[in-house]
Amino acid sequence: MLSSILLAAEEAVEAAESGGLPQLDASTWPSQIFWLAVTFAILYWLMSSYFLPRIGGAIEERRDRIADDLDKAAESKRLAEEAEAAFNRSLGEARIRARAIAGEARDEAAAEIVAMQKEADASLAGKTAEAEKRIHDMKANAAAKVREAANDTTRAIVEALILETPTDAVVSAAVAKAVKA
Amino acid sequence: MIHAMLHPLEALGLQAAGPMEQFQILPIIPLTLGDIDISFTNSALWMTIGVAAIIVFFAMATGRRALIPGRLQSMAEILHEFVANLVRDTIGHDGKKFFPYVFTLFIYIFVANYFGLIPSIPGSAHELHTFTTTSHIIVTFSLAMVTITIVLVYGFAKNGLKFLKLFAPAGLPFVLYFLIVPIEIISFLSRPISLGVRLFANMLAGHIILKLFAGFVISLLGAGGFAMILSIAPFLGSVAIFLLEFLVAGLQAYVFAILTCIYLSDAAHAAEH
Repeated sequence: MLSSILLAAEEAVEAAESGGLPQLDASTWPSQIFWLAVTFAILYWLMSSYFLPRIGGAIEERRDRIADDLDKAAESKRLAEEAEAAFNRSLGEARIRARAIAGEARDEAAAEIVAMQKEADASLAGKTAEAEKRIHDMKANAAAKVREAANDTTRAIVEALILETPTDAVVSAAVAKAVKA
Repeated sequence: MIHAMLHPLEALGLQAAGPMEQFQILPIIPLTLGDIDISFTNSALWMTIGVAAIIVFFAMATGRRALIPGRLQSMAEILHEFVANLVRDTIGHDGKKFFPYVFTLFIYIFVANYFGLIPSIPGSAHELHTFTTTSHIIVTFSLAMVTITIVLVYGFAKNGLKFLKLFAPAGLPFVLYFLIVPIEIISFLSRPISLGVRLFANMLAGHIILKLFAGFVISLLGAGGFAMILSIAPFLGSVAIFLLEFLVAGLQAYVFAILTCIYLSDAAHAAEH
């Protein structure tokens, strides 16, 4: 087992010594240099003139697009903020206006109530006066009627007593005298 | 003797190749350019496979170019951003023009390292075995030299002779310059070597160890008896090494890319030193 490892190692060393490093065989160098130059040149030409600009272009394009989109987003945000400010402004204005309208309405209503109260008071006073007048009239009427009735009664009593019809003036004076007394 | 023991395993396509065989360069299509041999080899094959895979991946990933990316596009974009950040952070504003180079370098090494970890198809021809192109010093050194060449050309083009201030940082006592300047020059000259050797050595060592452990497993299995049970030890070892190599493959691609960025940054800002 050990001997086989040693044999393999020995063989490796032998190969290295006998043939020498293939890398140091100068007769293969021109061919290697030639094909290295050919393959490397082709690759360099394709890379520099075609593939790398394409990849770089794609990356650049994406970067531009992202920057564009970010700009657009910022613009949209600005617009939204503006709209919000405008909304808040108009909301404030509306609030002020509403407050003014409410105040006005309150004042108007109060004025109306005062006016109505005045009107009601006036009509009430009128009606009271009217009623008072009517009561007064009715009182006077009643008094007159009572007096007339008293006159009539007096006249009738006098007629019955003295068979003489007294004049109205005398009757009235007598009744008035009696009433006074 | 070993061959006789391995016969039943060889029938399954399992054979203990030497740890150096995986690095052999084998021609597939012989080609010459003048006197120079530029045969299409297994190395060239895996370079082609790697680049083709990268191209297919990016073609699919960038095909739709959607605003909301799919999985492939996300992966491509993450890679793009990863390297772009690396370049921006190390080089700064001037880094933009080097981004395609650093990206290509990173993805090329990344894929080469990882494709090298794919197991070969058992029983396939040696030419078609998985091959790690970055395990060859000439490949990594060439890539390093490209970086250093760019550093030199760009450094002088941008800073003129002030690029040489890289070797003589301002604000030191005069005497120290006799010490600092040679040190800086040596450090600059060793950059392509260290850059190339770091990647190459990591790949080489990792693959040798991986193959050694795998070879032990085969040898022990071939030995039969009690040794077969023991083969579990190198098997677990090879799994552990594979996990390590999985980490190293990504890490070394990253290290190569970041060092390239640092050197380019030196070139861009040499006059300010």
